[in-house]
Amino acid sequence: MAEIRIDKLRHSYLAEPKSDDDFALKRLSLTWKDGGAYALLGPSGCGKTTLLNLISGLLTPTEGTISFDGKDVSNASPEERNIAQVFQFPVIYDTMTVYDNLAFPLRNRGVPEAEIKPRVEEIAGMLELTKTLGNRASGLTADGKQKISLGRGLVRADVNVIMFDEPLTVIDPHLKWQLRSKLKELHIKTRRTMIYVTHDQTEALTFADQVVVMNQGEVVQSGTPIDLFEKPRHTFVGHFIGSPGMNVIPCSVKGGKAFFAGGEVKAENAKSAKGAARTELGVRPEFVTVVNKGIAADVVKVSDAGRFRIVETRAHGATIKLLVPEGEAVPQGKTHLAFDPAHTQVYEDGWMAGARP
Amino acid sequence: MNKTWDNRAWWLVLPVFLMVAFNALIPLMTVVNYSIQESFAANEFFWAGARWFRELLNNPDFHASLGRQIIFTAVVLLIQVPLGLGIALCMPRKGAWVSVCLVLMALPLLVPWNVVGSMWNIMALPDIGLLGWGLNALGIDYNYTRQPGAAWFTVVLMDVWHWTSLVALLCYAGLVSIPDAYYQAAKIDGARPWAVFRFIQLPKLKHVLTIAILLRFMDSFMIYTEVIVLTGGGPGSTTKFLSIDLVQKALGGFDLGPAAAFSIVYFLIILFASWLFYTLMMREEAK
Repeated sequence: MAEIRIDKLRHSYLAEPKSDDDFALKRLSLTWKDGGAYALLGPSGCGKTTLLNLISGLLTPTEGTISFDGKDVSNASPEERNIAQVFQFPVIYDTMTVYDNLAFPLRNRGVPEAEIKPRVEEIAGMLELTKTLGNRASGLTADGKQKISLGRGLVRADVNVIMFDEPLTVIDPHLKWQLRSKLKELHIKTRRTMIYVTHDQTEALTFADQVVVMNQGEVVQSGTPIDLFEKPRHTFVGHFIGSPGMNVIPCSVKGGKAFFAGGEVKAENAKSAKGAARTELGVRPEFVTVVNKGIAADVVKVSDAGRFRIVETRAHGATIKLLVPEGEAVPQGKTHLAFDPAHTQVYEDGWMAGARP
Repeated sequence: MNKTWDNRAWWLVLPVFLMVAFNALIPLMTVVNYSIQESFAANEFFWAGARWFRELLNNPDFHASLGRQIIFTAVVLLIQVPLGLGIALCMPRKGAWVSVCLVLMALPLLVPWNVVGSMWNIMALPDIGLLGWGLNALGIDYNYTRQPGAAWFTVVLMDVWHWTSLVALLCYAGLVSIPDAYYQAAKIDGARPWAVFRFIQLPKLKHVLTIAILLRFMDSFMIYTEVIVLTGGGPGSTTKFLSIDLVQKALGGFDLGPAAAFSIVYFLIILFASWLFYTLMMREEAK
């Protein structure tokens, strides 16, 4: 168990990186508290797996330090760091039984068999593997195998952090949900620090207390799921999280006021705007409503998403989406829209005004 | 769903049936045909029944060459499989040396078999060959044309030189295809190199090893060219393996009946051993 501190971390897969583009990770600083559940969220290729492998010690950083509880481990081997990792594809030892698989990390560390047995049985109980302990691991289904990988991490009581690299990729959809709840349950039960890497927002937002959103080798925002939803620091986060994503509408800013389509739009942070090449308004479809008098818009498309309908409109050259709950009248043809001021933000060059790093 | 039944579909199998007939069934049946008849000149044939088989199975010469064959194959497998696996484990996984190693390893496989025999024949000559002369210069009395031990040593060494690469290349291909995650997981689980080999590499290599052993078994059990060029089955008949024995019978004596019976027994032994081996190796899989 440990607090993980990452300080000015950079990593390049090239031997001699020249420009910023050569870095898969561009200067990262983060602190993760002991016992927390964290998620690293971002599109494929954003550097999240690189970051994970740097923390686990499978890679050595080009620059910067990683420390566990204040102890610098940047150059330590995975074994010395005492971490556990669950990979995208289940890694099991085919020829061993489930029991031997779970006992393997302990046996490698010379733990006496008498201590191994209760420990393995306890973990198997938690993971609901007790019945299959005597079976060969290769005969299990994908979710069973992934549970074994996880179990090998849990079985060591002194593991600093357990990391998950998109662990549900090969799991059947109906089992994904089960395994995800299981993970959450295990986290609450064991209070181990867990880091979960994924490109699936649902997985990240349901698992983690704190979500780190990454894009192109940089951390764009780190916050609670609610922060990410209500106050995206960057339009990328607004787009990436939420379904459909946040509306991003070009606007102009003058004297601490935002203007769109010739009228003022009240935005929560308009006063913080300092002026930039590109200014935009961000408002989630959840916070756009139909009103009698407001921003004139034409309805382009209505799609049914079950409990609500997604209405796509065009207003002064911009696309604005809004949600209409089931049972309410859907606007047609020409309509008028209003934004909830408390949930409307001004973005400058992509970053939320006043929050630019 | 309604299935359409139409026996005319069997005609579609005809091309495959013809191919199998021409490349396996007809030649094999010809041999079966010879094996139960006695042949005389002028194409005269008489029914012989199981006589050739009885004679063969009671023939001490056959027992001797079968015994030599089994020992040879066992020795060759025991050396080549662990050695090939060891070489594959030592070969680099990335970098410029990969292609160098692969080419070096593939070279012996590209040499024609009779050339391999000639090369080793010359190299092992005690008076002018590098190997033969060298051994004698070291004070070891070595002459493969006269000493059975030396002949066996040379034949085995030649086969190891010629075929270990095949095992190594197959194992290498198997090793390269193991995903990195396995090695990473093993590192995290604190596995020592031996445990990595025992619990990751070896189980993952099971299939290629099965293929390698099967190929090497069949090939070494049928070895002919290299040995006939190197020792001619001698000195005496100490390196006379099954195929050499067979050729001497069939071509030397022109005894078509006994030679055909020999071929069938030979074929059945290989077939049975391969089947047995494959079944044993794959038995675990079925569980």
